[in-house]
Amino acid sequence: MLDMGQQLLLKNINVPGIQSLEVYEAQGGYQSLRKALSSMKPEQVTEEVKLSGLRGRGGAGFPTGMKWTFLDRKSGKPIYLVCNADESEPGTFKDRFLLEHIPHLLIEGMIISSYAIGAHKAYIYMRGEFAWIFPILEKALDEAYKAGYLGENILGSGFSLDLYAHPGAGAYICGEETALLESLEGNRGNPRLKPPYFPAVMGLYDCPTVVNNVESLAAIVPVLELGGEKYASIGIGKSTGTKLISASGHINNPGVYEIELGLPVEEFIFSDQYCGGIPRGKKLKAVIAGGSSVPILPTALILNKANGEPRLMSYESLADGGFQTGTMLGSGGFVVMDETTCIVRNLWTLARFYHHESCGQCSPCREGTGWMEKVLYRIEHGLGKKSDIDLLIDVAKKIEGKTICPLGEAAAWPVSSAILHFREEFEYHVQFPEKILNPKHFEFEPFVSQKKEVSLS
Amino acid sequence: MKVTSYHTTTDIPPIFNQTSSERVATIISRYPTGKEKSALIPILHLAQDEFGGWLSPSTMDYVASLLNLKPIEVYEVASFYSMFNLRPVGKYVLEVCHTGPCSLNGSDDIIQFLKNKLNINAGETTPDGMFTLKTVECLASCGTAPMMQIGKHYHEKLTPASITQLLDDLRAKHPNA
Repeated sequence: MLDMGQQLLLKNINVPGIQSLEVYEAQGGYQSLRKALSSMKPEQVTEEVKLSGLRGRGGAGFPTGMKWTFLDRKSGKPIYLVCNADESEPGTFKDRFLLEHIPHLLIEGMIISSYAIGAHKAYIYMRGEFAWIFPILEKALDEAYKAGYLGENILGSGFSLDLYAHPGAGAYICGEETALLESLEGNRGNPRLKPPYFPAVMGLYDCPTVVNNVESLAAIVPVLELGGEKYASIGIGKSTGTKLISASGHINNPGVYEIELGLPVEEFIFSDQYCGGIPRGKKLKAVIAGGSSVPILPTALILNKANGEPRLMSYESLADGGFQTGTMLGSGGFVVMDETTCIVRNLWTLARFYHHESCGQCSPCREGTGWMEKVLYRIEHGLGKKSDIDLLIDVAKKIEGKTICPLGEAAAWPVSSAILHFREEFEYHVQFPEKILNPKHFEFEPFVSQKKEVSLS
Repeated sequence: MKVTSYHTTTDIPPIFNQTSSERVATIISRYPTGKEKSALIPILHLAQDEFGGWLSPSTMDYVASLLNLKPIEVYEVASFYSMFNLRPVGKYVLEVCHTGPCSLNGSDDIIQFLKNKLNINAGETTPDGMFTLKTVECLASCGTAPMMQIGKHYHEKLTPASITQLLDDLRAKHPNA
C-alpha cells in the first residue's frame, strides 16, 4: 500500500517547469518509454497493463489491457490510437489538469500504448474550449519530435509514430467514443451503432481503433515504471492504482486530487488533506460522486453503505447497493452539496445540460430530455403538479436502454435517483409553490426531511 | 441555434492570409490521404478566428472549397457544434457556464450581474458591438466556479468586482469603439 498522500500521476506536478520536456526528463520522464522500447515486446507491455488491473478512467471503468486485446489484428488495416480528451461531464476537470500542467505524461503514455497495440498514427481529441491548452500540447509534441520520442524509428527501436492534437468544437456527446470518431472524421458527432461499429474492429476510418481516456493513458507510465503486479498492489481489490478526483461544489478546498483507491469517502470530504469539509459550518446534504450522470446519494448513503460499513472511494464500494442505495465512481467528478442546496434546482440545471447536449439522433433521448427539462423547470418555478413527479420517472424509464449511446442513461439516472432519494423535496415544491419563489429558497431555511433517517446500526 | 437561412447577408468572400494558408496545409497533412475531411473542424476554428468571430455563408463555402466538400457538408457540421457562431457576434463573447456545479457556486448571480451591467439578455450583443453574452454548458472548470470563457481563455472564481475590472480592461483596449 502507498501512503495515502503518495502519488503516481501528480507526484511531480509542483516541480517548476514540469510542462517542459527538459524538466520532465530530469524528473525521470520518458524512462518508461525507454524501458518498453528497449526491453519489452508489444505483447509484454499489454500483459503488464492487464496485470496492473488498470481500469478506464473516463467513467466506464472497463479494464484497459483487455480493451486493447479486442483489436482486430487480422484485417491488415492500419491501427489507430485515439485519446479521449473531450472532458465535458459536469463535475469533471481532471484531464484538463494533466493536459495543462504535465502534457508529456500523456504523450509518453500514448507512445507506449501505440507501441503495445501497433499503432503508427495517434490523435488526441481535445474539447475545443480548451483553446489555450492547444499551444501547450503542440509545444510538448514538438519537443517530443525533436528529442526523437516521436516520428520515424523512435530511439532506434524501429518503431515509428506520428501523434497529433485535434480540437473538438463544443459537444458533450463527442466524449462517447463512436461520436468522437465521427467528429474526428469531420462529421456531426452522432454516435454509431454497435454492432457493427465497435471501435476495436471498425473505428476511425473503419479501421481497428483503441479509444482511451487521458488519465488511463497517462497511467500507463507508472504501470510500466512499477510493473503491473506492483501497480495492482496499490488500491483495493479490483480497484487498483490511484485515481484523479475532481472535487467541486460546497467544499473548502475544491480541486484535483490523486487518491489511492479505497480511501474512505468521509475522509475525502472532511480531511484537510482533501476537500477540507463544508464551508460556513453547513451540513452535508448530498454528493454526486462520479460526474453528473451517476446517481446522487444523500449524506447517510454516501458516507456509509446500506449495511452501515463505511463507503470507500472505489469502483465496487461506491456501486454497492446498486441503484437503490449505491452510485458509481464514474469519471471521478465529485460534486458536494450542503444543506442549502435545492435538489430540484440542481437537477433542473443538469436536465437542461442533457437536453442541450442530446445529438438528436434517437427520439427517446431527443424528446425525453426536453420533457424532463420542461417538467423540472415548472416544478422548480412553482408551476408543478403532483403528477409531474411520476411523469418524470416515467419519462426517464422510457429513455433508459432505448438509445444508441449511453447519453440516454446519463440523462435518466440523475432524475430517477434524485426522486428516489429526495422525493419529499419534489412534493414540497409542488405543495408549497409560494415558498420556493425565491430562487435561493433553501439558503436561509434548509429543507428538512420528515422521513426517518436510514438506520445505520 | 436554429438557422432558417444561411444566405441572408451580403458578405465578401474571404481568403486566408499566407500564415493561415500554411497552417491549413499543415492541418490537412495530419490525416491520411483521402480522409482530408478530418481537417474540417480545425479549419472552421481557424476561419472563425480570422473572419470576424463567426462563420458566414461565404466563409463556410470557402472552407468547403478548400477541402473539396459540398457546402452542405460544412453547414451540417458547423451547425452541430456550440463553439461555431452562425451569426455575427460582438468583439468579445462572454460565455458563462450555468451547469450544476457552477450553479451551486452562484453562476445565476453572475449572469444576472452581467445582464444588468451590459443591459442585454443572454444571446444578445451590446449596441456598440463589444460584448455578446451567452450562457453555456459545463466547461470543465467546476473547481473554480463561477466562471466564463472569453475567446481562448477561462476567467475563473468570478466576482462582481473581478468582472467589472475585466470588462473595463477589455473596453480600454478599444478606446474608439
